[in-house]
Amino acid sequence: MQMPIASARVLDRKAEIVARLLTVLPADAVIFDPAETRAYECDALSAYACAPMVAVLPRSTAEVAAVLRICHQEGVPVVPRGSGTSLAGGALPTADCVILGVARMNAVLETDYDNRFIRVQSGRTNLSVTGAVEADGFFYAPDPSSQLACAIAGNVAMNSGGAHCLKYGVTTNNLLGVTLVQMDGTAVEVGGPWMEAGGIDLLGVICGSEGQLGVVTEATLRILPKPEGARPVLVGFDSNEVAGACVSDIIKAGILPVAIEFMDRPCIRATEAFAKAGYPDCEALLIIEVEGSPAEIDEQLARIKAIAMAHNPVEFREAQDEDQAKRIWLGRKSAFGAMGQINDYMCLDGTIPVSSLPYVLRRIGEMSAEFGLDVGNVFHAGDGNMHPLILYNANKPGDLELCEAFGAEILKLCVEVGGCLTGEHGVGIEKRDLMGVQYSAVDLEAQMQVKDVFDPKWLLNPAKVFPLDATAVRRAG
Amino acid sequence: MQPANEAELSEAVRLAVGPLVLRGGGTRGIGRAVGAVLQTSGLTGIELYEPGALTLVARAGTPLAEVEAVLAAERQRLAFEVPDLRGLLGREGASTVGGVVAANASGPRRVQVGACRDALLGVRFVDGTGAVIKNGGRVMKNVTGYDLVKLLAGSNGALGVLSEVSFRVQAQPEAVVTLSAETDAPQGLADLRRALGSPFDVSGAAYMSGKAMLRLEGMAGSVRYRAGQLRALLGGGWQEDAAADWRQVRDVTPFAGRAGAVWRLVVKPSEAGRIAAGLPGEAIFDWGGGLIWLLTQDPALDVRAAVAGAGHATLIRALPGMQGVPVFPPEPPGVAALTAGLRAKFDPRGIFNAGGAA
Ligand SMILES: Cc1cc2nc3c(=O)[nH]c(=O)nc-3n(C[C@H](O)[C@H](O)[C@H](O)COP(=O)(O)OP(=O)(O)OC[C@H]3O[C@@H](n4cnc5c(N)ncnc54)[C@H](O)[C@@H]3O)c2cc1C
Repeated sequence: MQMPIASARVLDRKAEIVARLLTVLPADAVIFDPAETRAYECDALSAYACAPMVAVLPRSTAEVAAVLRICHQEGVPVVPRGSGTSLAGGALPTADCVILGVARMNAVLETDYDNRFIRVQSGRTNLSVTGAVEADGFFYAPDPSSQLACAIAGNVAMNSGGAHCLKYGVTTNNLLGVTLVQMDGTAVEVGGPWMEAGGIDLLGVICGSEGQLGVVTEATLRILPKPEGARPVLVGFDSNEVAGACVSDIIKAGILPVAIEFMDRPCIRATEAFAKAGYPDCEALLIIEVEGSPAEIDEQLARIKAIAMAHNPVEFREAQDEDQAKRIWLGRKSAFGAMGQINDYMCLDGTIPVSSLPYVLRRIGEMSAEFGLDVGNVFHAGDGNMHPLILYNANKPGDLELCEAFGAEILKLCVEVGGCLTGEHGVGIEKRDLMGVQYSAVDLEAQMQVKDVFDPKWLLNPAKVFPLDATAVRRAG
Repeated sequence: MQPANEAELSEAVRLAVGPLVLRGGGTRGIGRAVGAVLQTSGLTGIELYEPGALTLVARAGTPLAEVEAVLAAERQRLAFEVPDLRGLLGREGASTVGGVVAANASGPRRVQVGACRDALLGVRFVDGTGAVIKNGGRVMKNVTGYDLVKLLAGSNGALGVLSEVSFRVQAQPEAVVTLSAETDAPQGLADLRRALGSPFDVSGAAYMSGKAMLRLEGMAGSVRYRAGQLRALLGGGWQEDAAADWRQVRDVTPFAGRAGAVWRLVVKPSEAGRIAAGLPGEAIFDWGGGLIWLLTQDPALDVRAAVAGAGHATLIRALPGMQGVPVFPPEPPGVAALTAGLRAKFDPRGIFNAGGAA
């Protein structure tokens, strides 16, 4: 993986740049000692690391604007950062950049139950948004597994999803407005606490733009009344095909569970060894969760059970109480941790049409043998968002590269069957050089034009999302 | 001009020498666009429909009615409940799916499932230079690159001519119940907001002609249960209403064929009652108050001042003497600059729908 060469012009002016930043931020908000900037050297794609030149931790939209104005004048690249949990290297610094972290901006600015929204500073963590409204019976729906740590800033930038997005949608479907500071320091309000932003949907393109269009400092989020209850069932099958057919039949029957999660045998075995959730040893396992009052849950589960039984499952387990519900989710929730016990892993994120599920799983199995690397598959089956976890050994020379080559083949396969490279983690640096597999040069040009409008000098997170050669001229200014 | 396929469409745009008015079925465009008409109704056909994956891909000129019929055969539908504004706008013709997307046309169910843009998975379109651009795809989760799909939805033809759209579709519910109550607007709107703040998953919340209405959809037992819970919660005169017709709300039927200017206001729901009370005319409230349709006889009525700080207003149908009133809501300077910048990139010659859509 290649990153642009750090600009000597910028590095030479480090002292002056730091001095200017200190005129607009308190001393504790400007980090420039190399021993301390290392704390920002990577995100959750930790195979790649590079300490930034400076990191700043502003506390307000005004401070963010002041920082950006200086960096704009100085021609310094800026990499926005929330909590650094990106799995795509979205928050990876370059040696000549300023990391702009919003972690200190975590206030709740307004809660309005009558209009069902909350306005927060973007550094607030995902789970603490729900935390702020939970006691009053509300929640914020998008729930990435990293929700304890990840920030709304990163969620908006990546258009993050979660286990329950089959019913509630992803970030973009739950975002009403943002305050966005452009690279030149201009702050704009887009949208607000009403249902559509009006005009051309700038909010729609800002969400998912991976920190390349502006720094999001505040967000207005839709909150929902909490359902009365939820209950999962676990269904085991002795073939991936049959499990896939069962998912399709449930959806066709008009039932919309809040979650349909899928795990394959390698993943089931790994999690059993690690978490001992008591899962059956079978080829494929579904966890299906429905919501509502106890009677509504019974009604839906009866229907789901009838469909599942028609596919001869090796096991159908219904949670009888809270404790059993937790056990059903336990294995799924520890899947990543369990795979991590076996070895280092790379987590992919392609999406496929659900109908191609059996074919794709079979091909991944074949490729696993060809590359000599094990894979476990966990994924959101209802919407086809796959998370193959490829195991490799980071200490073995060449293994990371082999793993990346294997990952690239899987993602190409996703595109080939009509899907895409990334369903919720974003492109970052990880899939940057594969963009040409999904999009033509013309398609990419159209996207890059959007950045030209928001950030004409290409200073915001410039080396991400698009293949480096495609952006070279623009980045050179 | 009526190209028969995407290549002809691209050619027509590339060779255009003056402004173009983009038209699907001509049933919902608003504004004052002038120029040669470029019709997409020749680009027809459903290219893919997978009921088990809830996805449908169609060429932009495909009649909405055809898509709806194909979905209905599998007991599915477009969740966002496309309004039919022909009566309101005095138009004839057949709506196309491309026009639906360009207008982000979304009905009462928006409070539950979101708008057209939320169900839109992918687009193909021709920009102002004639380039054919693809964005998104046919899968439900996709964050690969920038989301131009959202940008095109509701752009009213300002950035490109759609040639293909793909939707996430929804199963039709097994049961539907409407509850209604005869009450005044402040009380009715407050009840709607309470219902929307309850866990009972309301799929429509409107106030029209002295009556507040709530809709519940889903499995039979669940609908019955939730209807009971809502009646207990709201008290008063809330009753099951077998005669309720949500098409009246969706299509703004009470204003069809009547003289006057029609405004569409998108506002903070709790402000809806106050805003409407200050505007002489008749109001229909959808989206729990988040959407107000206003019929007024006063061409000088300053609707935009009334919504300032609480939302925005679009002029759907004008009276004589309103030529100077912008159709689309004026944007604050920062946003206007970005919008103008995007238009200049996607349509460098400024040939698309200058002055609005048709
Ligand atoms: C264990 C684990 C589980 C995960 N599970 C999920 C999951 O279920 N679903 C899912 O979607 N993701 C998941 N993720 C990925 C990750 O958590 C999400 O992408 C998350 O939204 C990143 O948030 P962050 O605050 O950590 O952002 P960061 O990692 O700090 O940054 C992510 C991107 O956002 C940009 N950015 C940050 N702040 C701003 C800002 N203020 N303005 C503009 N751009 C900004 C950055 O430049 C970068 O491109 C998981 C990650 C881990 C480690």
